[in-house]
Amino acid sequence: MAGSWSRFNIISLTLGFAFLYIPIVLLVIYSFNESRLVTVWGGFSFKWYGAMLNNSALMSAAWVTARVALISATLATILGTMAAVALTRYSQFRGRLLFSGMAVAPLVMPEVITGLSLLLLFVAVGLDRGFTTIMLAHTTFAMCYVAVVVQSRLVTFDRSLEEAAMDLGATPARAFFQVTLPVIAPAVIAGWMLAFTLSLDDLVIASFTSGPGATTLPMKIYSQVRLGVTPEINAISTVLIGIVTVGVLAASLFNKRRALRERQG
Amino acid sequence: MSRPSPSLLSRVVIWVPYLWLLALFLAPFFIVFKISLSQTAIAMPPYTPTFGLSEGWEGLKNAFNSLSFDNYLWVFGDPLYVKAYLSSLKFAAISTVLALLIGYPLAYGMTRAPENLRTIFLMMVILPFWTSFLIRIYAWVAILKPEGLLNQFLLSLGIIKQPLIILNTDLAIYIGIVYSYLPFMVLPLYAALEKMDHSLVEAAQDLGCTPIKAFWKVTFPLSLPGVLAGSMLVFIPAVGEFVVPDLLGGSSTLMIGKTLWAEFFVNRDWPVASAVAILLLLILVLPIVYFQRVQAKARESEV
Repeated sequence: MAGSWSRFNIISLTLGFAFLYIPIVLLVIYSFNESRLVTVWGGFSFKWYGAMLNNSALMSAAWVTARVALISATLATILGTMAAVALTRYSQFRGRLLFSGMAVAPLVMPEVITGLSLLLLFVAVGLDRGFTTIMLAHTTFAMCYVAVVVQSRLVTFDRSLEEAAMDLGATPARAFFQVTLPVIAPAVIAGWMLAFTLSLDDLVIASFTSGPGATTLPMKIYSQVRLGVTPEINAISTVLIGIVTVGVLAASLFNKRRALRERQG
Repeated sequence: MSRPSPSLLSRVVIWVPYLWLLALFLAPFFIVFKISLSQTAIAMPPYTPTFGLSEGWEGLKNAFNSLSFDNYLWVFGDPLYVKAYLSSLKFAAISTVLALLIGYPLAYGMTRAPENLRTIFLMMVILPFWTSFLIRIYAWVAILKPEGLLNQFLLSLGIIKQPLIILNTDLAIYIGIVYSYLPFMVLPLYAALEKMDHSLVEAAQDLGCTPIKAFWKVTFPLSLPGVLAGSMLVFIPAVGEFVVPDLLGGSSTLMIGKTLWAEFFVNRDWPVASAVAILLLLILVLPIVYFQRVQAKARESEV
């Protein structure tokens, strides 16, 4: 109904969000389960968090994942921001259509294809598979997400600000770093976070491009899940969900404050 | 503007990411194509190179003569692969429709909510999208198992007498795909519906339309760009989905992503895996190009 907050809307919102959240909430609750059986409640306990911390294979996989995610997110943010600037600022250069196509295609490319093709590339050029190859692979697909996020901010950016800075004698590079970058910073940070979580999360591409000795956390989780559901996996999943939730909430709070300050100031 | 062309800087900004994508996104496809034309071998890497530039022109000519489409014939000759392609398309299409049916009312409800609640709802849709895909699928395993939480719940209410078998069936795959890709459907729908001028619906109703008729005549057509973008974002990756059919589907479930994975990791047949990938790509080229067109248009209209 016009402008109203009708019963139909409330029901569809409730059902929709219940569908989205009940599985995650159950997973978190059962990570505190005393019982080894994931589906039988045996009382509240932190013991699976202890077991998780003592599982050295799980912890070393987490360490590999954290390093891959940090490096690839940072590289992807630099490359993706450059791509976004190139695509919004320069309307004509040779191969622009191909470039813009390549910057969007990885977003919808099935992971099995991206993974297989990158692996075959690494084999063809004789690069040893392991930490480096996973990092290169993650940088490649994550930079496209960064490019999309930053581009959507850049198109609304008032270019005359940058031009004014250059008229006042700033070099283009300086104008970019002192005028443009601070304005698009929220998008760049959001892009970094997105790249980081994408890397943290990726199973398929990492499985294709990793070699002996470089097992990421999703690969470890996957191999354990195939053997059956274990409370330890619930515990590590809860930790990951917690990190992501805090990160996303903090970022949105930060953006809100910033927007408020901009409006006032 | 009387600005000297910032030539060096602009060249760096354009060419660094461009070359990166050419080397790590486009070039690999040519390698996949090349290997799909070579022979399987018991070696590491497990294929005989079909054409390499190291042997010079003569080698290239010889290699060209021994170029083989065997892997493609093999894929087409085996009904298993053809069935896997078709059933992937079926799973993806039905999941897309289901995601639309669930996502549309959700997105619509969000846009009709009071302003301060809207941002919170938007956050709530985005949050699962940031949460690990693998973990979210894993959560469903514990719910859908025969002795899982859903069956316990339904049994305790007395709604069912026997546990339902859902895990390792097609139904579980639909649940998994719809669940994991729902945010991709809701966000473009929300963006399209939020932009809409609601006074148009009011006008239609003032002119005598019932609310339902006003929805189909005004709201839905105006949200069509969102519907298309959302559907593409669900359909395309769902066709090649691997994790969902592997963890939630049964051993007899055929999906091409799973087939490709098995070809590569279990059979270690890289040439056939490459042929499967090339054919999957061919199936998806049309929707991908269409999606890019829609995206480009949307971006231009924003400017």
